Amino acid sequence: MLRRGNGVVGRGMVERMVSSMLCGGNATTTTCSRGFSAEVGEQQRARKINLFTAINDALNLSLEEDEKTLIFGEDVSFGGVFRCTSGLLEKHGSDRVFNTPLCEQGILGFAVGAAAMGYKPVVEIQFADYIFPAFDQIVNEAAKYRYRSGGMFSCGGLTIRTPCGAVGHGGHYHSQSPEAFFMHSPGLKVVMPSGPKDAKGLLLSSIRDDNPVVFFEPKIMYRTSVEEVPYGDFTVPLGKAAVVREGKDITLVGWGSQVGVLRQAAEEVEKNDGISCEVIDLRTILPWDVDTIAESVTKTGRLLVSHEAPLTAGVGAEIVSTISKECFLNLEAPPLRVCGADTPFPLVLEPFYLPRQSRVIAEIRNSLAF
Amino acid sequence: MLPSLAKQWRNAAVIGLRGQSLVPCASTRTFASAKSTEEETFDVEITTPFEGHKLDELPSQTVTTTKTEVLDFFRDLFRYRRMEIAADVLYKGKFIRGFCHLYDGQEAICVGMESAINYEDAIITSYRDHCTYLGRGGNMYEVIAELLGRKDGCSRGLGGSMHMYHRENNFYGGNGIVGAQVPLGVGIAFQQKYNKKDNCTFTMYGDGAANQGQGFEALNMAALWDLPVVYVCENNHFGMGTAEWRGSKQPAFYKRGDYVPGIKVDGMDVFAVKKAVAFAKEYAIKNGPLIMEMDTYRYHGHSMSDPGSTYRTRDEVSGIRNQRDPIERVRKLIQNMELATTAEIKAIEKAARKEVDDAIAKAKECPEPPEEWLTKNIYSAAPHGWESVRGVERGLAHET
Repeated sequence: MLRRGNGVVGRGMVERMVSSMLCGGNATTTTCSRGFSAEVGEQQRARKINLFTAINDALNLSLEEDEKTLIFGEDVSFGGVFRCTSGLLEKHGSDRVFNTPLCEQGILGFAVGAAAMGYKPVVEIQFADYIFPAFDQIVNEAAKYRYRSGGMFSCGGLTIRTPCGAVGHGGHYHSQSPEAFFMHSPGLKVVMPSGPKDAKGLLLSSIRDDNPVVFFEPKIMYRTSVEEVPYGDFTVPLGKAAVVREGKDITLVGWGSQVGVLRQAAEEVEKNDGISCEVIDLRTILPWDVDTIAESVTKTGRLLVSHEAPLTAGVGAEIVSTISKECFLNLEAPPLRVCGADTPFPLVLEPFYLPRQSRVIAEIRNSLAF
Repeated sequence: MLPSLAKQWRNAAVIGLRGQSLVPCASTRTFASAKSTEEETFDVEITTPFEGHKLDELPSQTVTTTKTEVLDFFRDLFRYRRMEIAADVLYKGKFIRGFCHLYDGQEAICVGMESAINYEDAIITSYRDHCTYLGRGGNMYEVIAELLGRKDGCSRGLGGSMHMYHRENNFYGGNGIVGAQVPLGVGIAFQQKYNKKDNCTFTMYGDGAANQGQGFEALNMAALWDLPVVYVCENNHFGMGTAEWRGSKQPAFYKRGDYVPGIKVDGMDVFAVKKAVAFAKEYAIKNGPLIMEMDTYRYHGHSMSDPGSTYRTRDEVSGIRNQRDPIERVRKLIQNMELATTAEIKAIEKAARKEVDDAIAKAKECPEPPEEWLTKNIYSAAPHGWESVRGVERGLAHET
């Protein structure tokens, strides 16, 4: 794990993490003279890794920085189905990285209790589709713990990681994107990254955040999405959306793997129609960044929100409603949603369910022609 | 592979021929064969003793069978195995996509169960359901077509590997979420008791699912109301990648019911399964719930994305194959008792291979379900009054 920061000048933030990377994992040493910036990605040394490696990196850092971080879930000590927890047992021991039985409700209840005692459980629910047996513990216990005890208790250290989204052939129970269910639960934070760099930065922020966080990982991107990810400590703030492509004619909002679909659609319509799209990656679904989107829509006058989950009462409904109010006098066309169909997630008919690029492009053109 | 396995057979079941027994054949199946020798009954000894929990009496270790039944067992075991191995090949060839859980190694449970019950009894199981569907009277073409996502599949190609159902023969699936099917079985059993049927429900789950809370919730209800339900725990010793002793404080799953009696059965011995299931059915109808633990083994990994070799050794898998394989056990009985010639056994195997090959060839020709089925069966006939389903691809707003 020895890394060298050749000639990189940073601001020396969060010394202990950086030093642990530089000095062979000794988290308490302060002898390293060169630190990396935690907020300016360009100045920090980076390496090209895929999304599951970025997640693994964040988990490893969290285990190193805080002995109260715990990792558990079904088969995590072997690395998990998607290899996100590979090697963590060997590095940090079975007291902190351990398998649970197959019992989602029990896992979450246990995690809420441990978090209330000051631990930072980072729980893996193997697929987002399996989160529903634990729904009661998340929505009734975790989300409301602080509120119902008048602030006496909380389970703020809790982070729930779970892979979501379509993979082309997952069928009914390995494809869903249930973020809207959790957006409807005050007390939770809900996060979904759209690439390896954000995955690392947002996960570290989620683990450190003093509120329970449901962290969705678009599983189709685990291996396919590769980008430069900074070494060492690196965080992306929660509640802050990112403008990933600037434009002037229409604002496209998405999160997770849908951001990639929107970016491609934006390229297409720019090339073929001369339409300039601004693409926003929401990153945090609850609390969501109204300001960034409102600012963009004020500029462009048009809004399109896209997500894989079904249309009705999806996250898009909340965004469109709020932005319609905030930007009412700036709107040039009705805000649009391009979403999954109001059907259970299908098997071989998946292509007809998904909000694909062609549908996004058609709706962009409709909006511009309004 | 198989002939060498037969050679390596060491721990063959002590199968005793006790001459002509007066005990009537317990099988519920009817056979077409007219020859009397085909239907002559004889006894087979079960080598692994049943173990009981809070049961006053256990079934005897002797099973009565016939030549026809033994050959049927062999045929079905072999068919199921060939089909699962073909599914493996189809998966690796990317004809089957997504999630696929194979049953090879565990076939004796399905085959033995069906020989002791009838289609008025109900079965509900997990996602490892291909062979259960065949046992419930489904045909192989429908299974393969479903695996391939084609419209002739048993769930019209809309369910896939984990979702096979057979309404007429009381097979309630085919359920994707670990342990979620267990309480459903209790509800199905309620209907049988309410209607005073002489039948029961087998609600099947694995050793991993045995740790899900909902099974215990429903078991309490079943015991309170004496419902005719049999909890069948197919203990293949690994809940996904976690060995039973790592995931379960009490790995004697037949004792898990505490106040509900249980029985442990060698799930690799089709005769033991048959005997125990007949006992369980009678018990459940008369007394209420019972837990059966079927001691079995899956040769494949948990699903196709699990090589099945990271949490157990290859020696362990081959050791089970050599010593406990359910097909080889029956083959040995046939050979010892000279119930069929080598040529006749080969003919059975050849027919099974052909059945699999034909099913695959036919399924590959079958079209996928039409696009408009995307929005079928979400509700009964549109009770909400909407005329179409929102959010489907533009220009494809489907009538429900």
